Amino acid sequence: MRRHLHAEWTKLRTVPGAGWLPFAVVALTVGGSAAAAATVTCPPAGCAYDVPRLSLIGVQLGQAVVAILAVVAISGEYGTGMIRTTLTAMPCRTAVLAAKALLLTGVTLAAGTVAVLGSVLAGRLLLPGNGFTPAHDHPLLSLADAPTLRAAAGSVLYLALIALFSLGVAVAVRDSATAIGVVLGVLYLSSITIYLVQDPDWQRLLYRVSPMNAGLTVQATTGLSTLPLSPWAGLGVLAAWAAAALLGGGLLLRRRDA
Amino acid sequence: MSTVTSYLSLLRAEWTKFRTVRGWVIAMAVAALVTVLLGLLSASGSHASCSKGAIEVPCPAPPLGPGGEAVSDKFYFVHQPLEGDGSITVRVTSMTGQIRLPDIEPGVRRVTAGVVPWAKAGVMVKDGLRQGSTYAALMVTGEHGVRMQHDYTHDTAGRPGGVSKESPRWLRLTRSGDTLTGYESADGERWTEVGTTHLAGLPATVRIGLFAASPCDLLVTRGDFGGSVGQCRFAEATAVFDQVSPQGEATGGSWSHDDVGVSTEPDGTPHHPGGFAESGGTFTVTGVGDIAPFVDGETVENTLTGVLAGLIVVIVVAVMFVTAEYRRGLIRTTLLAAPRRGRALVAKAVVIGAVAFVTGLAAAAVAVPLGTRILRANGNHLLPVSLLTEVRVVVGFAALLAVAAVFALALGALFRRGAAAVTTAVALLLLPYLLATASVLPLGVAQWLLRLTPAAGFAIQQSIPEYPHMTGHYAPQAGYYPLAPWAGLAVSGGYAALVLALAVFRLRRRDV
Repeated sequence: MRRHLHAEWTKLRTVPGAGWLPFAVVALTVGGSAAAAATVTCPPAGCAYDVPRLSLIGVQLGQAVVAILAVVAISGEYGTGMIRTTLTAMPCRTAVLAAKALLLTGVTLAAGTVAVLGSVLAGRLLLPGNGFTPAHDHPLLSLADAPTLRAAAGSVLYLALIALFSLGVAVAVRDSATAIGVVLGVLYLSSITIYLVQDPDWQRLLYRVSPMNAGLTVQATTGLSTLPLSPWAGLGVLAAWAAAALLGGGLLLRRRDA
Repeated sequence: MSTVTSYLSLLRAEWTKFRTVRGWVIAMAVAALVTVLLGLLSASGSHASCSKGAIEVPCPAPPLGPGGEAVSDKFYFVHQPLEGDGSITVRVTSMTGQIRLPDIEPGVRRVTAGVVPWAKAGVMVKDGLRQGSTYAALMVTGEHGVRMQHDYTHDTAGRPGGVSKESPRWLRLTRSGDTLTGYESADGERWTEVGTTHLAGLPATVRIGLFAASPCDLLVTRGDFGGSVGQCRFAEATAVFDQVSPQGEATGGSWSHDDVGVSTEPDGTPHHPGGFAESGGTFTVTGVGDIAPFVDGETVENTLTGVLAGLIVVIVVAVMFVTAEYRRGLIRTTLLAAPRRGRALVAKAVVIGAVAFVTGLAAAAVAVPLGTRILRANGNHLLPVSLLTEVRVVVGFAALLAVAAVFALALGALFRRGAAAVTTAVALLLLPYLLATASVLPLGVAQWLLRLTPAAGFAIQQSIPEYPHMTGHYAPQAGYYPLAPWAGLAVSGGYAALVLALAVFRLRRRDV
């Protein structure tokens, strides 16, 4: 396995254009969160914002780059035919996929941690200037606060699960354009379909099964009883999507010609 | 071989490449299918009913104006019959009103004195009292000076400025056949023409008189995450007229007065009634409501909400149509067979654009009629539009898909990488649209996004225009785009052409 990991790390490191992607994850996530924190204001009469969630909103942008990173980690090999060399050198295909998944998780966790910490810091610095002050019942964002810590840690895990989901899809469809289309479509469109139906039961059901809505529940710190899912259960839904994608992709990788 | 036939054979070659990849053909069918299904899903999820006391009843349909559009026609009218030609002259000496303020304590009404910008009072000639019937009116307004309006959608500006006891405004409206002419004057002696109009089919006997109306007060506030929220609160206007002199056959009798279109409480009493008083030739008329187009309802384009899903699929196929050639090395064969590289790429663009156009046309041609039927069946009132507008929405939708396909194909040729091209296309075409319509941005930013980015083309879907003579919350989230429909599509088309030109340039200069 160590050799697998080493080989995959060399590939991921040297794929042209992939090197800056983790930095883009950080930049987009922190940038999106900071932009939201800078524009939202809380009037003196008070506001009902979920402040930790607000300060982590950039995750919704950063996840797109995480998806690209995961997709190019495998689709590039199919694009160039490198996959045949890879599988000749390491015939155990499950191990190849496992090594890729492990590495990708590591890289995403690292980039995601930096991105989430940056977002929380941006929120801590910017939000008090917009009326989110302790005097108005909005204490400074702090990771010492248990729900905030859960939202932050959950967001990092969310990004890692998005990477694994994208990897599974990319292995299954073998083409980068299709893979990124499927991933972005599933993530963003499934979160919009909720607004297309007006029946509350359907809305709750769609919320529960949509990977992005359910997964991002882990960021919620207020009004938990009104949400269709508990935070960790929401992340569990996304984990199920990732597991299903990886399992499907893994099976296809084993059974198909490369 | 002539140029034309060689170009046709290029097109045929590209078409053959497209249609023989089964996945792409299926994907395009899927694009049409998801567009239709999502549109129908959203239509079937949209129900409307109105409460009458404790029970739910179907909402009353808005009246239709002479042009077939939905209108609001609610005002206080003090009138007489007029047979044949004639005129009415009045002096307006004051216009006041009251506007409701947001509640501080629930249930406690607060009002302030004032008139809203489009509060209106003046003289009118109307074909009876039926809501939606043809009319012409000359009026003073809250903040837009003297106006001459007719048939709900037409508006001509006169002299700016308001009225007061010290500077009253004289208004005169004359009818001659089906020609109506409005004049205004500061002293009742020197008159200026404001406008003239022809009301087709105006009967010989009409009602002529004084009116007052006031649309609700629109308050746009900043919503969550910087978007804007429109809120409409009750307002009424009161105008004082004197020197009232109607002239013509059948005039000169007593005045009738009607609260045209007043809404009623469940027990039948009028809700926010207008009023009228006369003493010694001075008429005081109070009115609530508006005489203007009605835009609060479901629109034709609401059945096309599946466009985002369809577009993603079209973008992916269009990108693959070119990146697959690089991946398999087919591009070398293509360029050997057609050494003029620019032409080969343009042929590709033509083919993918045409395929996307047909896909979009099929999707919209099914989604619009079916979706509007479902919307109506669910009790919604669809704002009527002309057949031409409906055709423009359907064909424009197809054109939008075609433009998106060419844009994505050009990005694919430029980057030669599928993931980068798809992400860029989604980020430039769909993301600005999502951000602008999802109520997360301040209004100005949202409007600039829809002017400057390739997402401007979504404007082609807008079926109800923005009316300058009516206060409204004209925001992208409510379906109002900052550019005219075809102008918006032209912006998107321009981007597609630009990127295609760049791709041709790059293809010529680079090894493959």
